[in-house]
Amino acid sequence: MRAGSRGRPPGQAARRAREFEAFVAGAAPRLLHTATLFTAEPPEANPGARRLAVHALAHTYAAWERLSGEDPYAYARGCLALRYARTTWYPRRLRKAPAGGALALLEPRERLIVVLRMFEGVAEEQCAALLGLPRERVAGLCAHACAVLLHPPRERADPAGAVRP
Amino acid sequence: MSAASPFERREESVRRLLEERSVPLPPDLHTRAVRRGERLLRRRRTARTLLWLALLAAVLAFSLWACSARPWVERPSDTTPPVTGL
Repeated sequence: MRAGSRGRPPGQAARRAREFEAFVAGAAPRLLHTATLFTAEPPEANPGARRLAVHALAHTYAAWERLSGEDPYAYARGCLALRYARTTWYPRRLRKAPAGGALALLEPRERLIVVLRMFEGVAEEQCAALLGLPRERVAGLCAHACAVLLHPPRERADPAGAVRP
Repeated sequence: MSAASPFERREESVRRLLEERSVPLPPDLHTRAVRRGERLLRRRRTARTLLWLALLAAVLAFSLWACSARPWVERPSDTTPPVTGL
């Protein structure tokens, strides 16, 4: 008997495994892409992003039955973002961004916010609530990150660079 | 409807910048996630069981002590002198 099915009817465990497998098949590519953008790792060598994605998926699996009605992808994305926000406290491992293009120029928190807002399409208010920041701070960090992404750092010295399209 | 505003065009180009690279999916992601998820559930269940057992033990110990010590019964006084001379 598997440990996970102890105390529950066996049909429920099988159904949960099936549902979760379908969810992973649909959501894992996008979730891993998001994680790779968070860590600013190259797409082919992204151990940090894989660890993040496995963490988020494992927590979604553990919470599967409590998620009734809630979007599992939103839950997994929240796990991913919060985990990344916590890991950037430690200077080792995920902090070093090895040449992941323009994203590597950003601070971890700016990258987190710009990816959530622009790539995942999370609303400003939800972003702010998730990260525990004021809404204006999220908007400011996002605007700054966009400016850095669109203009090379040399042009960033221009004070009007953040406003220009 | 007018053309997209500069702000929207800027957002659009950032979005394109973020989406341009595709990330290959490792085949073992699902297996690893399920294994870790099962471990998480198992740990939570163990922690819950241990907490309930501790609570049960505390309740049991308290009732045994209360039955033997009977703290609600008034103790016989041995400090006041006996009342005399009434």
